[in-house]
Amino acid sequence: MKGFRYLKDVATLKLDRAACVGCGRCLEVCPHQVFVLAEKQASLGDRDACMECGACALNCPVKAITVDAGVGCASGMINEWLRERKLRAPGGGCCS
Amino acid sequence: MEWLDTPAGRAPRISSEIGFNDRLGACKARWGIGRMSYMVPPGLYAIGRPTADAPVLVTANYKMSYDIMRHTLTGRDVWLLVLETYGINVWCAAGKGTFGTGELVRRVTATGLAQVVSHRRLILPILGAPGVAAHQVAKRCGFSISYAAIRAADLPEYLDNGMVTTPAMQQLTFTLYERLVLVPVELVMALKSAAIVAGAILLPVAALGGLTAGIAALFAYVGAVLTGVVIGPLLLPWLPGRSFSVKGAVTGLIWSGAFYLLAGGRAWGVPATLALFLALPAVSAFHTLNFTGCSTYTSRSGVKKEMRIALPAMGGALFVGAILLLVGKLL
Repeated sequence: MKGFRYLKDVATLKLDRAACVGCGRCLEVCPHQVFVLAEKQASLGDRDACMECGACALNCPVKAITVDAGVGCASGMINEWLRERKLRAPGGGCCS
Repeated sequence: MEWLDTPAGRAPRISSEIGFNDRLGACKARWGIGRMSYMVPPGLYAIGRPTADAPVLVTANYKMSYDIMRHTLTGRDVWLLVLETYGINVWCAAGKGTFGTGELVRRVTATGLAQVVSHRRLILPILGAPGVAAHQVAKRCGFSISYAAIRAADLPEYLDNGMVTTPAMQQLTFTLYERLVLVPVELVMALKSAAIVAGAILLPVAALGGLTAGIAALFAYVGAVLTGVVIGPLLLPWLPGRSFSVKGAVTGLIWSGAFYLLAGGRAWGVPATLALFLALPAVSAFHTLNFTGCSTYTSRSGVKKEMRIALPAMGGALFVGAILLLVGKLL
């Protein structure tokens, strides 16, 4: 995203190029232009721009993409962590 | 309420005007008032006088999303399919899966959309894609999905240019204004928890060092919270570092310096001064780190990594700060 970069080498996004059928759906749904399409095959042009929203993986018709998608906010993750350790009742969290 | 007859029953015809109540409602939601119940009933709505070949646009039932859509589509004849997302916006609902494949297929079926329109195309916001598998929707109800644009404001251009998404329509932005409108609700939520902490600071400090010291400590803390919640997010692209906690710590340091000058810090002694410059940046850093939840470019793995380093560092800074204050008191 123009003017903004987050941490390097953390995104869990993976693309199985052998499975890719070149439909280009990942390019349509990615809000950060992570993918490029050349000769009917997608590749990861800018993996560090990935925010792990999971849109590409969900919309890939051949399941060639995997990513550990999920809520990315600190308070949501603190609540998740507390719930896992049974220190807090379920429910709540951010933007819920 | 005006109605439009369709082969699948009648659909409400909605106005594309935004009135005083809509603006007031949006403003209240921005400040966290009634925000979790600001919604419209899901279903199929008519804007203008849509016919069987009019486009179908899909949105969430958060009233602010619905209002932006109907206002953007002023003067057009289109169908608006509103999904049940329990009053949550498209992006957050897609993340939770309520703006999702299942609900979309269910709503298409429940509204009898296949009888209302002659084509088989749904126009969705790009930020709805994390919840919707387009190929599954096509398989389950026969409608194909076009992810049109990120912002509703681009829809007129999209519709006028033969439904082509330009590169600009796919690009996320996070402008000063886009960050500013997120601040009020963050502020309201932060101040709720900060009120408890503020009490926990005021009482012991006042007991140990007198009321003036207690109020000064309270002022320092509230300032650090505001710095982290308001200044950090607003200055986001201009603050150094990629990590949100580093950005927050930098604004916190500036606030520490300002407070030092305002409160006459030269009379404090070394331990108290050190404590101030450790504890306040930690507080600001925590609140700016929390803004990752509002940003549109931070990844879950990145926030996890940042938290693993930043949370112990913040805790350590607060602990050492408290010890220094006590030591300074005893010396």
